Amino acid sequence: MSLVELDRLQLRHGLLEAVRDFSLSVADGETIALVGANGAGKTTLLRAIAGAHRPSAGTISFDGRDITRVPAHRRVRMGIALVPEGRRLFPTLTVEENLLVAATGGRSGRWTVESVIEAFPLLARLRRQRAATLSGGEQQATAIGRALVTNPRLLLLDEVSLGLAPLAVDSVYESLATVIAEGATVLLVEQDLGRATTIADRVVCMLEGRLVLQGAPGELTREQITDAYFGLQRTGDARS
Amino acid sequence: MTWVNDVVQGIMLGGFYGLLACGLALMFGLMRIINLAHGDLAVLGAYLVYLLLEHWNTSPFVAFVAVLPVMLLIGYVLQRALLERSLRSGLLVPLLTTFGLSIVIQNLLDQGFSPDDRSLGASAGSVATASWQITSQLSIPAIGALALGVAVLIFGGLQLFLSRTQAGRQMRATAQDPDTAELVGINSRAVYARATAIAVAIAAVGGVFLAIRSSFTPYSGPTYLIFAFEAVVIGGLGSSLWATLAGGIVLGIAQTIGGQINPEYPILAGHIVFLLVLASPRGGLLNLRGATT
Repeated sequence: MSLVELDRLQLRHGLLEAVRDFSLSVADGETIALVGANGAGKTTLLRAIAGAHRPSAGTISFDGRDITRVPAHRRVRMGIALVPEGRRLFPTLTVEENLLVAATGGRSGRWTVESVIEAFPLLARLRRQRAATLSGGEQQATAIGRALVTNPRLLLLDEVSLGLAPLAVDSVYESLATVIAEGATVLLVEQDLGRATTIADRVVCMLEGRLVLQGAPGELTREQITDAYFGLQRTGDARS
Repeated sequence: MTWVNDVVQGIMLGGFYGLLACGLALMFGLMRIINLAHGDLAVLGAYLVYLLLEHWNTSPFVAFVAVLPVMLLIGYVLQRALLERSLRSGLLVPLLTTFGLSIVIQNLLDQGFSPDDRSLGASAGSVATASWQITSQLSIPAIGALALGVAVLIFGGLQLFLSRTQAGRQMRATAQDPDTAELVGINSRAVYARATAIAVAIAAVGGVFLAIRSSFTPYSGPTYLIFAFEAVVIGGLGSSLWATLAGGIVLGIAQTIGGQINPEYPILAGHIVFLLVLASPRGGLLNLRGATT
């Protein structure tokens, strides 16, 4: 059964068409990696699903319900959480406050402020520290924790490894693997193709706002993905 | 010794200005709205208390308890019906909206109460006139001490609310990043409405003190808006609550000392301090990192 259904979605930034005619169905429990060059519309797509960007055409359904016009904070209550690009923590709030502030807006479940801090041991000693003073990895852990305390059914992750040390990326992905194993549906944007294909059930390639290639990591060759990434296939088709 | 007296009087006057400035700073810190109707809302609160006292022989402070829920409601509805819509169109539209609202309130008060001078001083009884003589040159007026005490309580209470409660944390988070606040499940519009309700209620507290200290007319609002605005700017534009109270106190001291130099100077001295702060490199003398941002 599909949890998310995107139907001919069109997203604009003013005159710029960031995402065009985009349809995608995400099954409950599935992990999808969105790949594509900068400006392909990945971030805009995630923000639209989270409710931070209003589509100019098309519909978004969640759990069988049309949520295209539902405001972002109500989508959190329904079980959609976004870890935004660049973390976007509340800088003068402490780590604990960043988690607390999100704890009442979502669903109830196994994730609480305490269980998140248990799952990310590095946060325990940073509890009372302001978010602005954290390192990139610590901020990312807080941002993921802040999304988890809402107990999402659908977790949207936008470039969680961006700007992190390799070791920090490993620990972020370790904790994600736990979340995925527990049955969460995950849609992640990841620049590192290797990581994306390891963690995902399905890879979706975007080019200039369109879905150009998708399939299970095993079915797609690296060449196919890079071709779709840079649009080589498409120009080839156009010429022939 | 007269200087000591001036400073003491200035601090108490500053407490009063702090009360008027508190809601203005809260709304600016949270939504970047400069509420030009803030002074008129304070005067409206004073008129509501005045109205109650016409039918009910009690102290203005007791009457205020009955007016408080009305002011909270006015603030809430004002945000939901008017400011929320105007906020969607950028920063200039709320400014124009509150400017219009200011005129509407003034004219409604004029229609309802006539342009005559009113005062709550008489109904406040001895608190309006009593003072403690400390030395021959230093006396502390009860109403000034009360205003300062109430200001400290309100600022302290608001600070506790912002740092300890979930609604307060949501307010701080929304002030910093409304977009992300929505993404973690915070209804930013509800947060805004709650904040405006609080801001308007505190403005009315200031309005009651205004009405006890001196007389007021339907057109008194803008004069006090200027003092409140100056206190907010001197206090670093709502960057911290306590800095706003400090800004009010700096303004109060400037005015009393100016008045000591020449009885015609108090307002001018306040404006000069305000302009100096505006012209200073950081644009805010007490621009401390604080609770509301």
